[in-house]
Amino acid sequence: MIEVEDLTKSYGRVTAVDHVSFTAAPGRVTGFLGPNGAGKSTTMRMMVGLTRATSGTATVSGRRFADLPNPGREVGVLLDASAQHAGRTGREILTVAQRTMGLPAGHVDAMLARVGLTDDEAERRVRHYSLGMRQRLGIATALVGEPEVLVLDEPANGLDPAGIRWMRDLLRDYADQGGTVLLSSHLLHEIEVVADDLVVIGNGRIVAQGTKAELLSGVGTVVRSGQPAVLANALADAGASVTTGQNGALTTDADPERVGAIALSAGVALSELRAADGDGLEEMFLALTADSQREGAAA
Amino acid sequence: MTAVIDTPVTTPPAVAGARRTVSRVPLGRLVGVELRKMFDTRAGFWLMASIGIANLLATASVIAFAPEKAQTYDSFAAAIGFPMAVILPMVAVLAVTGEFSQRTGLTTFTLVPHRGRVLVAKALASLTVAVVSMLLAFAVGALGNLVGTAISGAGTVWDISFLHAVYIVLGNVVGLTLGFTLGLVIRNSPGAIVGYFVISLVLPTVLSLLAGLQSWFKDLQPWVDLNYAQGALFNGTMTSTAWAHLAVTGLLWLVVPIVVGVRMVLRSEIK
Repeated sequence: MIEVEDLTKSYGRVTAVDHVSFTAAPGRVTGFLGPNGAGKSTTMRMMVGLTRATSGTATVSGRRFADLPNPGREVGVLLDASAQHAGRTGREILTVAQRTMGLPAGHVDAMLARVGLTDDEAERRVRHYSLGMRQRLGIATALVGEPEVLVLDEPANGLDPAGIRWMRDLLRDYADQGGTVLLSSHLLHEIEVVADDLVVIGNGRIVAQGTKAELLSGVGTVVRSGQPAVLANALADAGASVTTGQNGALTTDADPERVGAIALSAGVALSELRAADGDGLEEMFLALTADSQREGAAA
Repeated sequence: MTAVIDTPVTTPPAVAGARRTVSRVPLGRLVGVELRKMFDTRAGFWLMASIGIANLLATASVIAFAPEKAQTYDSFAAAIGFPMAVILPMVAVLAVTGEFSQRTGLTTFTLVPHRGRVLVAKALASLTVAVVSMLLAFAVGALGNLVGTAISGAGTVWDISFLHAVYIVLGNVVGLTLGFTLGLVIRNSPGAIVGYFVISLVLPTVLSLLAGLQSWFKDLQPWVDLNYAQGALFNGTMTSTAWAHLAVTGLLWLVVPIVVGVRMVLRSEIK
């Protein structure tokens, strides 16, 4: 269980994280989603005490991170897979973590096997590692203390498709066994497939949070017909928002039932009527974060 | 009173997350980990190995090149002492700066959020390396003295008292502490190493020059020049004035910057 309350970080006049509150529950994967520079990493660094919060609190299992006697046994943290000593071997980095936590030496081999690093790779120095291998090593360091909570910042970066699949299954398994997983990403699709709950952040503020199902349901309807212009007018007259897409498709914030009724009274025959799905979430993500997105200014 | 009172059974933790008792990471374990981190890279390993190598080279060159008369324990100690005085501060510098230059601090300070404890562990680990390598140096020097005089046939001269040996160790600890201090304040490996050589090699020359040219500074120099105070330790000439010099320069060059540096490390954002 992770509880973040009113967490704020200001750098002079710039507020990087602005009164952020959310909860990551046990048994669930919580996706922390936002464009680059939205404040995800700063929030996560404040949670584990690497950055001092200007105000607000973050607790893990009811305690402040600094009050955990042996944090590695309770929270597995991976903030940046590149932040590992280039001159150490993978095995050595994991051994240093295992020793700090006071774990039996056998954990190192078990964990290397679990993240799919071979003996040969484990003996190599990290400067020769690909980003994907560093991510695997970072995951191993986070998991070696058998913690109940995982905090991972962009763990899928640099992984190949098979690696992303592996990571997804690992996190799913972990949550299904009762663990709490908080993972961040700026890629919607990556998080959509694994997360149960979503926390969307833009410009340092939380712009949406809830279960994935909740966030998806409010997204609207895609409707197609032979007379898109007539239908668009009817929808607009009924007070619904309308966006015109390709091949006569319209996207509206009205739910499918209402769209059907409006079409019937307007006398328009529909060729397609469905709730907007994953694409809708992507549009929501883009819309919610448009103000803070760098590309948003130019678009 | 003979009744045995059972120790109260501790109630299971109320927090669901605390499924097992987790004890605090002990300092001894942290010192062990920090020592390991000094040896487990190629650079670290060879830095440590260079202590032994320098000992042997210095000893061998005294045997080979020093005139018979000069083959005393003091000569061996002086020859070994010079490389040690350069290498040991580097050990302390890198122990601190590696966390920042290599960004391993992200993991280290997450596993041990009380950064002060990590710094104490690093200081103790550096001190352990210093004392052990000084003992090694004295042993190699003694062996060199025996072998050298056996080869030349001259009498073996033991001209370093136990107290002087302690002073030499202390002198090296001062150098090591300066390295540690610079590591804390600069937090960047090349920067701190350059800083160390400026303070230990360039600055003393400048200060001596100044003392030679300006009479007002001549009296002041012993009170502001750490290297000067350190020299008295190496020479074994520790008068009460020399101790006072050491205390004042130590406060200026070590204590104050350490306080500042520790505060900076404790408060800074680890990125």
